[in-house]
Amino acid sequence: MTYILVLEQILNGLQLGMMLFLMAAGLTLVFGVMGLINLAHGSLYMVGAFAAAAVAGWTGSFLLALIASLAAAAAAGALMELVVIRRLYRRDHLDQVLATFALILIFSEGTRWLFGSFPLFLDVPSYLSGPVSLPGGIQYPLYRLTIILIGLAIAAGLFLLIARTRIGIQIRAGEADREMIAALGVDISKLYTLVFALGAALAGLAGALVGAIQSVQVGMGEPVLILAFVVIVIGGIGSIKGALAGALLVGMTDTLGGVFLPQLFTLFMDPASAASAGASLASMLIYILMAAILLVRPSGLYGGSA
Amino acid sequence: MKTIRMLAMAAAIPALAVAAQADTKIGMITTLSGGGAGLGVDVRDGFMLAIEQDGREGVEVVIEDDQRKPDVAVQIADRMIQSEKVDILTGIIWSNLAMAVVPAATAQNVFYLSPNAGPSALAGKRCHPNYFNVAWQNDNLHEAAGAYANEAGLKNSFILAPNYPAGQDALTGYKRMYQGELAGEIYTKLGQTDYAAEIAQIRASGADSVYFFLPGGMGISFLKQYAGSGVDLPVVGPAFSFDQGILQAVGDAALGVKNTSQWNKDLDNEANAEFVVSFQEKYGRLPSLYASQGFDTANLILSALDKAEVSDQDAFRAALKAAEFASVRGDFKFGDNHHPIQDIYVREVIKEGDVYTNKIIATGLSDHADAYAGECKM
Repeated sequence: MTYILVLEQILNGLQLGMMLFLMAAGLTLVFGVMGLINLAHGSLYMVGAFAAAAVAGWTGSFLLALIASLAAAAAAGALMELVVIRRLYRRDHLDQVLATFALILIFSEGTRWLFGSFPLFLDVPSYLSGPVSLPGGIQYPLYRLTIILIGLAIAAGLFLLIARTRIGIQIRAGEADREMIAALGVDISKLYTLVFALGAALAGLAGALVGAIQSVQVGMGEPVLILAFVVIVIGGIGSIKGALAGALLVGMTDTLGGVFLPQLFTLFMDPASAASAGASLASMLIYILMAAILLVRPSGLYGGSA
Repeated sequence: MKTIRMLAMAAAIPALAVAAQADTKIGMITTLSGGGAGLGVDVRDGFMLAIEQDGREGVEVVIEDDQRKPDVAVQIADRMIQSEKVDILTGIIWSNLAMAVVPAATAQNVFYLSPNAGPSALAGKRCHPNYFNVAWQNDNLHEAAGAYANEAGLKNSFILAPNYPAGQDALTGYKRMYQGELAGEIYTKLGQTDYAAEIAQIRASGADSVYFFLPGGMGISFLKQYAGSGVDLPVVGPAFSFDQGILQAVGDAALGVKNTSQWNKDLDNEANAEFVVSFQEKYGRLPSLYASQGFDTANLILSALDKAEVSDQDAFRAALKAAEFASVRGDFKFGDNHHPIQDIYVREVIKEGDVYTNKIIATGLSDHADAYAGECKM
């Protein structure tokens, strides 16, 4: 076990955290501002990845593909809000879960109908491929480093948006008291569509960024969605700061746990069973983390009094 | 996390199936949605191609999607056996689903023919007269890869597989034949898509080669990330990591990789040549090994139906065991535990025009039977 390996794993944890943050930010905004549980958030992630793969296939440009992923997911999100979600705000969470679950099925099968059951090809562009040497002799894939930087830039942008702009004030006010801001003359339904599309665009971007190093296929969003829910529960529902902290915590725990637990187990087990037992425990680790945090802070790290 | 549980419940709402009278009813439970859908679609398409080419009346196939979830597969199996009265079940891709469905199905006097999953338990102690595996026992392709690694002079392999029955069988199979050292051994999560942590461990391990078993989308993710990581150790795998569906999504990153398979499209026999052409004509893509397994499974059933009614279980079982059909693999026979005894080949990933595919470069193991046959008492 060298320090280079540890540092590289920390970078990997950071990268997973940033990707989760892009997903969780939209989810937590939508839940915080509109009180809506949106299970179909993972479908928007998938829409982003498929749009990127399609555009990259036509044009060969990765940058255009990323723009397409943002646009397609935002459009799908806005459409989803206008047609379905809008009717759900006053319903209870069970209705929302059922309706958005139906949306998952519609998006999945729709995508399968359009693109087929086989995974699509989307690759890292040549100018971002290959490893770079970081100080300390670490070889790290340039693309993953780019994901970390994009994530940081978007986190900073979101904080500025929420803290410094008029829209941000409206979003925060919407979280606090939606009747009051409607009474003050803010067009609340337009605000909701905007927030929803913003969250969708971020999920779509995450899908496109990750799609380039994973497989672009139907159903790719659901595993990430579950992690994103864990993130916002840990971070405190409705809080962007909480989403960032939760995402980094989950990313680090998942990555480092998966690497170091099996090695810890080899101290008192034979390698084969240590690998298997360690892997099993590592996959539970983030849920144990979530349970532990909820024990101490029932509304999450940065949650208000829910 | 109430939402998550509800998601699982809602996903379990079964699809409706069409019920009709037929002499022989075959129930196919396979993965048609989600990340593993490509495998199930290939098995289904290969199977239905054989049924269609045969064209006989009185054979009905009911197909349902298990969503790669053991609980869903069990529900579908129960319904197919109890209310739809199927005679034969088939189709399951994943070993954890097979373990949940097969013992219960065979105990209820239904035949189960596996077109893919071959968990070690079902080949050994828990073998059953009504269970036939038409593909392979899980360890087989990995054993051939281990044997190939010795031949290629690999001495320090880093091995990884998902943490589920077939993953454990995979690494067991590789280690059974491989004689070198292990630089590391990792079990990943089933369905995992990010392998940065594992690749970093490979880099730090000082290995001279990597052996990995990651079927479906998992393999695509791993290969793309591996190619971008700057680690350039040679990679060996079973055919599952390099099947026709995966290769197109991986692209150049897979070129030249050696992998082991009991089938390939360039196998020189009449049945195979016809199969490859007719599959391409019907579906517009090259068949994968999964499609070949589905095709063989259907033809095996049809060959047994020529000799006996399913209702005469002993005669039908003997007809299946005889395996008198033209397999696309060429020679094919069953061992005493109803698992194949067959040749396993070494393939190399090549590019033909715009299409990535495999070509056979050597025979890895000849007339290879599985290691668990001795434990099977029936």
